[in-house]
Amino acid sequence: MSRPLPAPREDFPVLSQRVNGRPLAYLDSAATAQKPACVIDAVADFYRHDNANIHRAVYGLGERATARYEGARERVASFLNAREAREVVFVRGATEGINLVASCLSASLRPGDEVLITALEHHANIVPWQLACARSGAALRVLPMTPSCDLDLSALDDLLTPRTRLFAFSQLSNALGTVNPAPLLCARARAVGALTLVDGAQATAHGPTDVQALGCDFYVFSGHKLYGPTGVGVLYGRAEVLEALPPYQGGGDMIEEVRFEGTTFAGLPSRFEAGTPHICGAVGLGVALDYLREFDLARVEAHEAALLAALEGGLRALPGVQVMGAPAARASAVSFVLEGAHPHDVGVLLDQHGVAVRVGHHCAQPVMRHLGVSATVRASVGLYTSREDVAQLLEALPRVRRMLVD
Amino acid sequence: MSARPSLEEVLESFELLEDWEDRYAYLIDLGKHVAGLPPALKTEEARVKGCTSQVWLVSRVEGAGAERRLHFEGDSDAHIVRGLVSVLLSAYSGRTPDEVLALDIEALFGRLGLARNLSVSRRNGFFSMVERVRRAAVELRAEG
Repeated sequence: MSRPLPAPREDFPVLSQRVNGRPLAYLDSAATAQKPACVIDAVADFYRHDNANIHRAVYGLGERATARYEGARERVASFLNAREAREVVFVRGATEGINLVASCLSASLRPGDEVLITALEHHANIVPWQLACARSGAALRVLPMTPSCDLDLSALDDLLTPRTRLFAFSQLSNALGTVNPAPLLCARARAVGALTLVDGAQATAHGPTDVQALGCDFYVFSGHKLYGPTGVGVLYGRAEVLEALPPYQGGGDMIEEVRFEGTTFAGLPSRFEAGTPHICGAVGLGVALDYLREFDLARVEAHEAALLAALEGGLRALPGVQVMGAPAARASAVSFVLEGAHPHDVGVLLDQHGVAVRVGHHCAQPVMRHLGVSATVRASVGLYTSREDVAQLLEALPRVRRMLVD
Repeated sequence: MSARPSLEEVLESFELLEDWEDRYAYLIDLGKHVAGLPPALKTEEARVKGCTSQVWLVSRVEGAGAERRLHFEGDSDAHIVRGLVSVLLSAYSGRTPDEVLALDIEALFGRLGLARNLSVSRRNGFFSMVERVRRAAVELRAEG
């Protein structure tokens, strides 16, 4: 029996505060999600009761710490429907996961090879590939988007070719909320022998994830957008693909035997986890996944879709508001501008009404260029987002507009 | 365009306004009194980079010897930030380097009663602008 939605605000201590006399309408979950009390407690309890370094100690405390860390890995594997827990590598976040793959893969890229990304990507899924291509002489290709801000699938035939070594794309766009057809894109890449990396930073919190059904080789996400702590995230890699990658960072825990003449490396996943990891972060992430799964993720998806539709409909009905893009499917976030007003000013004044939104280029400057703006206002939803939060934004916007637009 | 109000006039006005909407409305109004910069002066060098809004700032020196004073002009593409530029110009423009460096801008913003994030957020470009004003003063003082 899954819990009803939205998740109770009381589960999230941050949401009990008032901002300028109003309840906090937190509409910036796409930047980072708020944490349930059970996650906050788990991090503190780990340090209070279970703290020791992992994979080293022979005493009971150390074994308990290791068990909690590895237990979190099992939970992530189950959450992603990975075949094995060793396919789950703990990293700092989605950004580090992408950098790891790009850096390791660049050693085998050659001039004439191509890496394909899309026009919808966050900078974290652009810049690492630019660096990898610059190092290796490979070429970076970009799948364009249509005026509605969907990916232009008609360009796939030209851009996805036997020269393509890897296709990296987001499952869900952070700046626009566009839902990309990830299983189809993975299948198309597989057909030409290209590897796939799916950036799930935005998607994982908003519906079920199944890396086997997706058919991807790599999948990355950040714990903090999934109601977990900051500073921890996951790189999933299909075992045979991960095993073929050279090591990333060198250090403790990633070695088998070290001699000055040469070192042999540990197997998965330790080979990619040099140094003492963010142990309590992983533990907190495991607890966040347990919490999230108290809600049926398919129902989370439906609940948030209804909220987002109400939000987008409400925005479109307001004079002077322009919603960015009209993708075939949207989840998590909607971007808009108030005509004649700078998004920065809109964000500052909405804060006075207790509404927290993101303003700026959302680390997606190419998307902003496509839209012909320098910045937008982005409102995004999560487990705890209610109709009242949406109404607070929709009621504040006309007042903000009166102050800013003559 | 009317003359730029003095820092004291700005502070007195803010202290009279109790409602946040009135304070922001006044700030936006102050922004309208900023002469702005012609496109030719909005160079990359003059640009103070921020994530959510753009700010440009140029300085010039007038006078000689101990009477050398820094004069600033600035602009932004966001109304509220342009209002903050106006406050900043009232606070800093026409002062000697020593006066610029002695000014406690954080305390000043406390008196304005605006959201704290306006004064300290490195993202809105404003804090970077303060840094740039202070750097101009340090450089001028170093020239002896």
